[in-house]
Parts: sequence; structure tokens; C-alpha cells
Amino acid sequence: MLRKTIAAAALVAFAVGAGSGALAEDKPVEPWERKENHVKAPKDSPLDYLVSGYWFRTPKTRALQDDDFENPAFLWVEQGIDEWTKVDGKAGKSCASCHETAEKSMKGVSARYPVYSAKTKKMMAVSHQVNYCRENYMKAKTWKWESGKMLGMTAYIGLQSRGMPVSVSIDGQAQPFFEAGKDFYHERRGQFDLACVHCHQANFGQYIRADFLSQGHSNGFPTYRLKWQKLGSLHRRFRGCNNNIRAIPYKRGSPEYTNLELYLAWRGKGLKVESPSVRQ
Amino acid sequence: MSRPRVRVPRKIKKGDTVTIKTLIAHKMETGVRRNKKTGKLIPRKIINGFEAKIDGKTVFKAALHPAVSANPYISFAISPEKSGKIDFVWTEDGGKTFTKSAKFTVA
Amino acid sequence: MSQTDVSGGVHRRSFLIAAGAGGAAFAAAQFTPGIALADKALTAQAIEKAIGDRKPIEGRVTIDGPEIAENGNTVPVGFEVESKMAGDDMVKAVHIFAEGNPRPEVANFWFSENSGAARGAFRMRMAKTQNLIALAEMADGKVYMGQRLVKVTIGGCGG
Repeated sequence: MLRKTIAAAALVAFAVGAGSGALAEDKPVEPWERKENHVKAPKDSPLDYLVSGYWFRTPKTRALQDDDFENPAFLWVEQGIDEWTKVDGKAGKSCASCHETAEKSMKGVSARYPVYSAKTKKMMAVSHQVNYCRENYMKAKTWKWESGKMLGMTAYIGLQSRGMPVSVSIDGQAQPFFEAGKDFYHERRGQFDLACVHCHQANFGQYIRADFLSQGHSNGFPTYRLKWQKLGSLHRRFRGCNNNIRAIPYKRGSPEYTNLELYLAWRGKGLKVESPSVRQ
Repeated sequence: MSRPRVRVPRKIKKGDTVTIKTLIAHKMETGVRRNKKTGKLIPRKIINGFEAKIDGKTVFKAALHPAVSANPYISFAISPEKSGKIDFVWTEDGGKTFTKSAKFTVA
Repeated sequence: MSQTDVSGGVHRRSFLIAAGAGGAAFAAAQFTPGIALADKALTAQAIEKAIGDRKPIEGRVTIDGPEIAENGNTVPVGFEVESKMAGDDMVKAVHIFAEGNPRPEVANFWFSENSGAARGAFRMRMAKTQNLIALAEMADGKVYMGQRLVKVTIGGCGG
């Protein structure tokens, strides 16, 4: 109740630009508010419930994700399918040489990533793992994080977990990385002096000027963003967020963003993987 | 990677009108954007034309301008009289073409 | 959720003040100087180029689009013209214009007797809130017109 009243007062007082000027009391229940679209938050979660970014989007945007043909991300998925069996590098191998069919071997992978790797002693996102394989087993050149090939591959791998609950592990070796990600999430940064928590925990369902804030989950990445007009990685999205709060962004694939990815995955534990999703 | 995707119903009931959906990966560079580093205009390169032919006869045609989003999606309707093959051609600025075909039966 | 469980001590109200101020900065940053947007005169020229001096008749053409587009870079738009698609009651072409873009031309579509229906869909870029116009050229020479206002939100924290 307090939440609604304050939102209404704020909207009137500051006449928020193109956002909804209607008072909270006049508004119908939005899809993100509906109980049937909520998922139980994990133990110790700071959120009362989880709701996918999907439910913060308009019916038109959701429709683009609902049909795999309408979803332009599948242009990249097809590229991933091609790359999966393409022999590359000095070892004369493709992904399929070791992993056979992705539909079997990659099922559930994106749902449990990022994971701690004993070999590299690092927290590894799916993209890290792809490049680890390319470098060490295929003896092939690594791909750039935001390249079409990498996005296609991570979208294709992500698709094999679609519909499965996010099930990342934060125990054992992963724990310090998790704590670092958690700290990052709560750390104020940039000229606006904002932390992730301020937008995506305290103010989801509110407008930040013309943008409608979600809980900021990672279950849909890589995602085709209408704004980007292409598929993009979670770390690209982090950079966008950081830029907009006038903070210096980290590199894609950096330990900072990978730790944050781990923490975010935990915050969204139980949400269904939607990769590759469509967002605004 | 301008690989096209098309969705054509395999079986069409005689007299029915069905929806065809097409999608092609393309940047649709408008020609008004500037390179952030050099400040130079990035030359225009878009898919400017699209055509669908059934057994060689044009059934639908489109001209696209830079206002069309990247990875152009075009859907349209057809009502073919008999079974056949539908060919799709996308034309890029400069004349390069991309093609895709699909067969369907009408009964 | 109450105010007190916000880590970092930012209250919702002060948050929105900060966000509002920031929003103004975004709007300024996203404005692209040096590109004149098409106005009604430019659109009228483009329309004349497409259909000559024929006067469009309001009706028979509907444009489907979002009331508010979530992002102006990819706006799903559809159109449909009431027509039997046979004989004189046949749509030859549909021309789409956007009044608020740098150039008003968006797309042109041509149909045939095997079209079955004069409908279609595509995704377009919209520089700002503006009116979309669809003109349907009929086989008998008449031109019908449909319009739709699509609001485009600009600025914010869309990263």
C-alpha cells in the first residue's frame, strides 16, 4: 500500500515524462503483479517473490518471444547450430567431436552456469567455457565475447535449458565469487551514485523516467533487444546499465561482471530459463 | 550472415489464404549514422527489395527504406490455386541477392 | 515491501527525484542534432510521388501497432486493407509513411491475384511519437488511407 501511494505521489509531483501518468488506483493489475506469474524466491532471497523480465514487457514484445519464428534471436541460434559441427583449429575438432548432440549434452548447462572451474580456478560463464574449449581442446582461436559466433553459440546452448529452472550453485568454491557479486550489486557507483539494488530490488515495477524497471534477472540472456536490434550478452547489458548511471563499465567477461552474473543467477534461482528471450 | 528464414505452411487447403513469414539477418545501415571514432558517415547498406514468386510468377513484392528495422521481418498472405514452389529473393543495396525456397501442396 | 528493507538507504521517493533529474540528462544526450525530421510537408511530397494527385479516401485501411512502443528501434507494425482481392476490388499496392522520421518513406508492398488478402507485417524504426500513414492503391485507381498514432518513449535507463 505504501508502495503504491508513494509511487502515485512521486508521479504527480515530478510529472514523469512519457511514463504512465495514471494514478496507481486507476491501474489494472499488471502482468508482473499477478500471482500466477510469480515464482517462489530462493531461501534468504531479499525479494518477496521472483518475476521474469518477460512479464514487465508489453504484449507486443512478449509475442515476439512466444513464437520462435517471430523471435529474431533464432537467426543467431541457427548460426550456433552451424558452428556446433564446424571443425576449427589445429586439433581438427568441432564442439560435436566431444559433446555430440547439443540437445543432449548441453541440456541444463546454461541453467547451472556460471560455475567454478577447478582447472582455471575461476568463475566461468558459458562464454568463458566455450573459449576454454576452443583454446585448449580445439586449438582454435577464441571468439570475442560479443561476436555473432559467440552469441549464436551461447544462444544455442541456452536454448537447451529453456524451460528449466535456474539452478546455480553458490556453495563451496563458488562462495567467495558469490560474495563479491553480492557486494557489487549493493555498491553505489557512478555520478548518479546508484547501485543495482536501488533500481531492481527497491523499485521494480516503477518507471525511471520512460523506462519500466524489472527485477533485473538474467534468465533470458542472451537476449534480442528491440533497442539493440540484435542479440546481446548479459555483460553488454551490465555495461549499458553502468554507462547510464555514469559509471565506468567493466569489460565483458571481466571477473567483476562474472561474479555479478553468479549473484544474479542466484537471485533468479527457480525462474525458468528463457534464452534466447526478447526484451525492449 | 544474411541467412534468411521463412515459414510457409506445407499443406494449404484449396481456397484458403495463408500467412507467410520471412526474416533475414541484416544490419539495415541507414546511411545517416556516424562512426563514433572517426566521425565519418557509415555508408547506407540496406535490404531494399523483397520478392516472392510462385512457380516463377510474382505473388508479392516489397520495397524497403532505411526506416525498416535491422533483421527485416516481412509477413504477407498468399492464396495459391495449386501445389508449387515459392521462391524468395532479398536484394541488398549494390545488387547482392539472398534467396530461399519452400514447397507447398494445395489440396 | 517497505521502505526500510532497501539496502543502501535510498528511499523510493528520493530515488524517483534522482531518476527524474537523470532522465532529463538522457533526453538531452539522445537528441541527435543535424538531422531534420520529416514533417507533414515532406510526407505530403512523398505521398504525391507515390500516388500522384489522387486524393486518398479515409477508410478500409487499418494499421496495427502498439499504442506505446517499448523501443523506437523495433516497432512491430501490421496493416490490412478491406478488399475481395479480385476484379476491381483489388489492392495493387500499399505504401507506408512515417511523419516523424528523418525520411517519411517506410515501405511499399505490391500484391497479386494470388495474394488472397492485402495484409502484411514488418518492424520499423520510429524516431519519436508520430503518425503512421498507410495508403492503399486499388485496381480501379482509387486510393484509401488509414492512420495510426504510435507513441515512442525516449530517454530513461534503457542501457
